[in-house]
Amino acid sequence: MQETGSGKTGHEELLRERVAALLDRHDPGGDRLEWLRARFDAGLAWVWFPEGLGGLGLPRELQQVVERELAHTPQLDTGVQGIGLGMAAPTILAFGTEAQKRRFLRPLWTGEEIWCQLFSEPGAGSDLATLATRAVRDGDEWVVDGQKVWTSGAHHSRWAILVARTDPAVPKHRGMTYFVCDMHAPGVEVRPLRQITGEAEFNEVFLTGVRLPDDLRLGEVGDGWRVAQTTLMNERVAIGGAPVRQGGGMAGAVLDTWRAHPELRTHDLHQRLLELWVEAEVTRLSGARLREQLAAGQPGPEGSGMKLSFARLNQALSGLDVELRRDLGYDDWTFRRSDTVDFYGRGPGYRYLRAKGNSIEGGTSEILRNIIAERVLGLPAEPRADKDVPWKDLPR
Amino acid sequence: MTLLYSEVEEELRSAVRGLLADRCPPAAVLERAEAGPHDPALWKTLAAEIGVAGLLVPEEYGGAGASASEAAVVLEELGRGVAPVPFLTSAVLATRALLDVRDDPGAPHDAPHDGPHDGPHDGPHDGPHDGLRAGLSGELSGELLGRLAEGRETAALVVSLAASPYQPGRGSSVTAREGRLSGVVSGVAGAEVADVLLVPAGGELYTVDPAAARIEATPSFDLTRPVATVTFADAPAARLGAVDLAGVLRFGAGLMASEQLGVAEWCLDTTLAYVRERRQFARPIGSFQAIKHRLADLWLDVVRARAAARAAAADGSALAVAVAQAWNSGVAVRVAEEALQLHGGIGMTWEHPLHLFLKRAKAAEIALGTPGDHRAAVASLADVPGPE
Repeated sequence: MQETGSGKTGHEELLRERVAALLDRHDPGGDRLEWLRARFDAGLAWVWFPEGLGGLGLPRELQQVVERELAHTPQLDTGVQGIGLGMAAPTILAFGTEAQKRRFLRPLWTGEEIWCQLFSEPGAGSDLATLATRAVRDGDEWVVDGQKVWTSGAHHSRWAILVARTDPAVPKHRGMTYFVCDMHAPGVEVRPLRQITGEAEFNEVFLTGVRLPDDLRLGEVGDGWRVAQTTLMNERVAIGGAPVRQGGGMAGAVLDTWRAHPELRTHDLHQRLLELWVEAEVTRLSGARLREQLAAGQPGPEGSGMKLSFARLNQALSGLDVELRRDLGYDDWTFRRSDTVDFYGRGPGYRYLRAKGNSIEGGTSEILRNIIAERVLGLPAEPRADKDVPWKDLPR
Repeated sequence: MTLLYSEVEEELRSAVRGLLADRCPPAAVLERAEAGPHDPALWKTLAAEIGVAGLLVPEEYGGAGASASEAAVVLEELGRGVAPVPFLTSAVLATRALLDVRDDPGAPHDAPHDGPHDGPHDGPHDGPHDGLRAGLSGELSGELLGRLAEGRETAALVVSLAASPYQPGRGSSVTAREGRLSGVVSGVAGAEVADVLLVPAGGELYTVDPAAARIEATPSFDLTRPVATVTFADAPAARLGAVDLAGVLRFGAGLMASEQLGVAEWCLDTTLAYVRERRQFARPIGSFQAIKHRLADLWLDVVRARAAARAAAADGSALAVAVAQAWNSGVAVRVAEEALQLHGGIGMTWEHPLHLFLKRAKAAEIALGTPGDHRAAVASLADVPGPE
């Protein structure tokens, strides 16, 4: 115990010195981008990443020391950069070549390059491994054809993480390969997809004869499913695992109204609100506990549980909010392009409708329950008709 | 504040778990359930050899001076085994009451004998002493704590388990008059095995010899923590000092959340093992999504119950306790009920120990405040006021 304590303190001191040196040489009040690049180069972007790649190879929990020390400096736009930071970066770190890590991680972190995710397809949702977008090798290049869907932020992305089928003759999980897709390449077409909220936060992406050099491949040919698992585990933590304060998050929005409008309160709503307050609080506590556990390591399947609770709570609280206010209006149905995703922004009607997506995006709640049951609880898998059948022979 | 378990806590857990696996597996608990479930030999080993009796007792009184988080780990394991030992009643509730006793000269004295103590009170040893009365309370409490810590004696706090931090007097009609107690307390746990009764009356704590009280065991819903009705008819009592009974019950409620977690964990683990083995339609029933999804939801409830229990033990604030009780009470009942349903017919039989856990879960839901009582507390503590 003693040793860990002093080791940790040593790291903290090192970090404070690094922060002081950075602040000494660079003005956080000057050019934002110049500042963020300097912070990355100082290894203070994500301290658990290796040296030279924005980190210092330190335990992940020490990131909070840096965040505290640099709280007054320009921050990342985590809404727009969410997919890059939460999903692309850990995958590139785990499977990328040295050249790929050096090329992509710095502008990803500074936000100079925005990322999106080309996974789901019209015919491959929960059953992602059945996806049909083809990548065919042509010399040093791959030619990609297919259609992707539910792509948040594709309209302002420079790069995408892409899973495509490279071998239709083997069973579905084995014939996929993971790529970085150049969103500026000819043949990439992005069309907005309007949601029940009125706006278009995500897109359909059509890929027609898109040529990607082989050095944009991430991981081995045929290993795409395994690489994608890293992305998906991180996605679920990114969606459900963010720290919230007590009575914050979606509960905060309802509680503000509740406190400001005693005339709207009823006994029935009070009982339901208290139950949800307690559930939100125990969920917050278990998120804090999970983060303590993950501080040093990687997210495991336990993260799926957080996303499940998060979806349920958001939906129940936002529904209660609408009911509490007795307001039959809606803030804005216009078909707009949103730059960022904000579950808590806008009016209660919007929050209610947007929250319906929380149990679908990033793995439906049903799929998450399967994952928990099979990977955490060790329950036997459902018998499967598609497991050893070549992808091309699957009934469609 | 950490929500994880320390190495010391994990060692304590494995010592308790090992002993229970050896000496009182659920089948053995079931066997003795009807004849009076208490296992004095097991308690002796737990109390004295593993030292759980003195966990919360400061070192100066011969205890381990451990934290509430360590006691919470013991409760998790005892919940997991529905172990019929008086840890919650003696080593948590009674011990905490003794630690909480204040020889407060400003407290209302219902015994006129205390009159001579009008002079300045600097400590427990000032002023003339009148037998075991107030002047000696510190010494007496300390001595009692020492005997409890050693595991030589067991105490019971004579409160109804239906009482709560919000209604500490519920279920008790005891009043004190001239150093004697009269009245009835229903739903008292641990009294029939206690060597010392600690009786709260009018904001003061008294000790009473069990031989001077009538302790009637009544058929109890919870077979492994039966309750009794305790009657005092002008029973001689020694005053220990003023006690904040609500605070004592709050402390116990916070730790009981860990016991409820243990009950839920056993039910979940046992059910998982069962659905992996049990085959119908030529496959394990645990491979059906209708079953899996229910178990995934229960697991998530238990994960959150663990965080809530850890927070209540480490933090101990009124809000942390109310949250843990409001959540864990429901989780223990829900997991036990689902466990019974998923076991099918065998879950309905007396021979399967599952019913012991369901009965404990349902009784614990009422004990030290119902989930609704605790949610009402959350309303005021977290500023979520009701309709005006």
